[in-house]
Amino acid sequence: MIFLNYFISGISLGSIYAIIALGYTMVYGIAKMLNFAHGDVIMVGGYVCFYAVSRYGLNPFLGVAVAMLLCTILGIIVERLAYKPLRQAPSLAVLITAIGMSYFLQNTALLLWSSNPKVFPSIIGRGAFKLFDGALSVSHVTVLTIATCLVIMVVLSLFIGKTRLGKAMRACSEDKGAAQLMGINVNATISMTFAIGSGLAAIAGALLCSAYPTLMPTTGALPGIKAFTAAVFGGIGSVPGAFLGGLMLGVIEIFAKAYISSQLSDAVVFAVLIVVLLVKPAGLLGRMTQEKV
Amino acid sequence: MARKKTKYVPVPSKSILPERDAARAPVLECVNLGITLGGIKAVDNFNLTVGRTEIVGLIGPNGAGKTTVFNLLTKVYQPTTGTILLEGKDTHGMSTIQVNRAGIARTFQNIRLFKNLSVADNVKAAMNNEMHYNMLSAILRLPNYKREEIAAHRRALKLLSIFDMQGIADVPAGSLPYGAQRRLEIVRALATNPSVLLLDEPAAGMNPSETAELLDSIRKVHDMFQIAIILIEHDMSLVMNICDGICVLNFGQVIAKGTPDEIQSNPAVIEAYLGRKKEAAKS
Amino acid sequence: MMTMKRLINLKRAEARRIYLTYAVVIIAYVVCQIMSSTKFFSSSMRGMLVPICAYMVMAVSLNLVVGILGELSLGHAGFMSVGAFAGVTSAILMQGTITNAPVRLALAMIIAAIFAAIAGFLIGIPVLRLKGDYLAIVTLAFGEIIKSILNNFYLGVDSQGLHFSMLSDTTRLLKGGRLIIRGPMGISGIQKIATFPAGFVLLMIALMIVFNLVNSRSGRAFMAIRDDRIAAESIGLDITKYKMMAFVMSAAIAGAAGALFAMNYSTIVANKFDFNTSILILVFVVLGGQGNMLGGIIAAAVLTILPEKLRQFSEYRMLLYAVVLIVMMLATNNAEIRAFLSGLNPFRRKEEAE
Repeated sequence: MIFLNYFISGISLGSIYAIIALGYTMVYGIAKMLNFAHGDVIMVGGYVCFYAVSRYGLNPFLGVAVAMLLCTILGIIVERLAYKPLRQAPSLAVLITAIGMSYFLQNTALLLWSSNPKVFPSIIGRGAFKLFDGALSVSHVTVLTIATCLVIMVVLSLFIGKTRLGKAMRACSEDKGAAQLMGINVNATISMTFAIGSGLAAIAGALLCSAYPTLMPTTGALPGIKAFTAAVFGGIGSVPGAFLGGLMLGVIEIFAKAYISSQLSDAVVFAVLIVVLLVKPAGLLGRMTQEKV
Repeated sequence: MARKKTKYVPVPSKSILPERDAARAPVLECVNLGITLGGIKAVDNFNLTVGRTEIVGLIGPNGAGKTTVFNLLTKVYQPTTGTILLEGKDTHGMSTIQVNRAGIARTFQNIRLFKNLSVADNVKAAMNNEMHYNMLSAILRLPNYKREEIAAHRRALKLLSIFDMQGIADVPAGSLPYGAQRRLEIVRALATNPSVLLLDEPAAGMNPSETAELLDSIRKVHDMFQIAIILIEHDMSLVMNICDGICVLNFGQVIAKGTPDEIQSNPAVIEAYLGRKKEAAKS
Repeated sequence: MMTMKRLINLKRAEARRIYLTYAVVIIAYVVCQIMSSTKFFSSSMRGMLVPICAYMVMAVSLNLVVGILGELSLGHAGFMSVGAFAGVTSAILMQGTITNAPVRLALAMIIAAIFAAIAGFLIGIPVLRLKGDYLAIVTLAFGEIIKSILNNFYLGVDSQGLHFSMLSDTTRLLKGGRLIIRGPMGISGIQKIATFPAGFVLLMIALMIVFNLVNSRSGRAFMAIRDDRIAAESIGLDITKYKMMAFVMSAAIAGAAGALFAMNYSTIVANKFDFNTSILILVFVVLGGQGNMLGGIIAAAVLTILPEKLRQFSEYRMLLYAVVLIVMMLATNNAEIRAFLSGLNPFRRKEEAE
């Protein structure tokens, strides 16, 4: 029963990682860049949601919606200002710019909201479902997190697979030049990808802070890195890969905390990542591309 | 450098036609070579024997599998079927690096130079395996470092002089004009002391006078080093002029082998290049 | 023809750049020594000399991997921390036997370099089989793993020799023994034996190693692999071997820098060498220009001093730092912005008009 409990919290944490990882993986798939600032968009989402609910007394779900809207706009602005001018630049320059953007967001947050941790009110209270005569307790947040992740996964898969925009996104990630020749607006599609990723990050921010209720300017950094790891784990660029990678990473982390050592759980997570990459160099569901000679 | 121009003497080799010259020791033998890429047999049942000092042309329409043959010979791809014998030794399981050390060097269809390295350094990089000083000698600039570096530089300049490039040894390779880049790739390949040199469209993008120069240079290389050369080329005048034997590929299959004269009059070859009359009429 | 002539001068320009780098470092050292003896330097400035040297050496070390070998490492602080802990530990152990502080420092740095090189080799085995972004993420992972392990590592010494344990202190030292590494508390009570001259010597040695290596068969192999891996294989270069060589050498240099850095403080903890430190070093390299040692050294100095000088604007300094980073990247990598900037620069314009 304890095992099941750990498993469920693992899946719950993994769901949050998966939602964040989707943002990383979609942006990587289409713009071939590691958007290091993605983790900080989560933090911004968390703060917006926090203020919307606690200061302006908005309904928590409305608060999340506001956070999504603002983060989407933020994502588009960041892309337009910092990344778009570097479309032709070497990938390392883009990476450093993304890191600069990450510092920028963290320090702006520090100025705006100070470094004092805020206690985030859970978006649906702190209740729990009791199962098996109370032997298994699953909090509402956990259920909501897992459900949200599933919904996002299904909707996103349908969006990418079936809609015009989704097809445009896939075309751009295959070959930007060819996509442009086929009349696809590549820049708009990339903006779109950033918008979706940032919107998802806002949801992840609200869920993350509901589950782990301290909010600081650096809140997004470590989950960001872990979700990024999850994206690589599942095969960066692959949407189902991000989902799978996120869930597995969450479960591994919780089990490592429970059964090995809470201090070494991060080391275990990263060690598993390394082993996976050695066996499958492109991640679990990633495609290996061979350079043409 | 005042090198006397060596006269080109055709080497009496017909080993591309093994039934006529079975005794001659071949340097390279492909037996039944084949590879399946993405479910398609990119090369199938490829047999070729190349004599020690033979120049063989590998021709065929675009997408016929010519470069794939080079990639098989250099183990960029591991063949699905068949064997490659180099100097009588099976190259099965060897890596690109090992095959190069065993004696196969190549150039690339899309030029692959070390763009930020100087011309001389491109050549010296290829001489790496014949230099022996270790990292410590390099860091401390010990005498064996200096000795070997000087020797390598001399040899690099000598090799470059084949193409009259010794004057631009310090120029970054990426800034060279196109034709010079192709020539540098040949020099770099030669620097690894190959017994078989694979040239992938060396005349691509060259004008007729440059191509004529290239033809002289390839002959010169061939005579100086007495090595086998396999040449992929679309310029038929070059191929017909220089090759002892020609092998024609189409859709991954060998459709003809023989001397240049035989190939020119082979109906299968003409069909592969020009299409069948009926089909042409239909479309 | 004009351009051809200019190009031929490039090789000589490269040699000139090497001598220029040595010269700038030596002159800067002499100037700093004179200024610090004339009390021109504030004490905070004087306290920064050794860390600056350590960061400069780190920039040289990472430049070998990023600029020369062309692989991205996001965990370089990990090697620095291995070196810091190994160096400090060995310095503490040698305290009784070797009383001459500079000798002890030198030995500690050598031991640190050896330990970091071993770490580099062990990490290199899996890491160097991967390519590009995957290689980068795995170096990041290893950086975090090293940090986690050192945060939970306990090492003590007593009359029976060394004892270590993981997670919690179970070393059970005899009376009179000393617990050196204390998990998340790190090492404290370090004798500050790192000096500015030692930092200068280490930087010169690091530069000599990297420059001499670059102009040798190994260096050519590194750069050939960077420029075109497939072509490098086709001429028989053993990719794994050379990548490993560069990686281990870079780790060793980083280890020595870590030891120097640590012995400038009385306490050192593993958390000091986290992902942000790795990124900081990467920023030195990128801002200085990949493969450009002098650029990296200058960037390391400027970016270490700048945040200190901006202390009066302490609230805004990291924000400013972030903005500088983004603007620099945009300015150096976007063709339009670069054209705009060079239009503003009267000297550049004149040169291009010629």
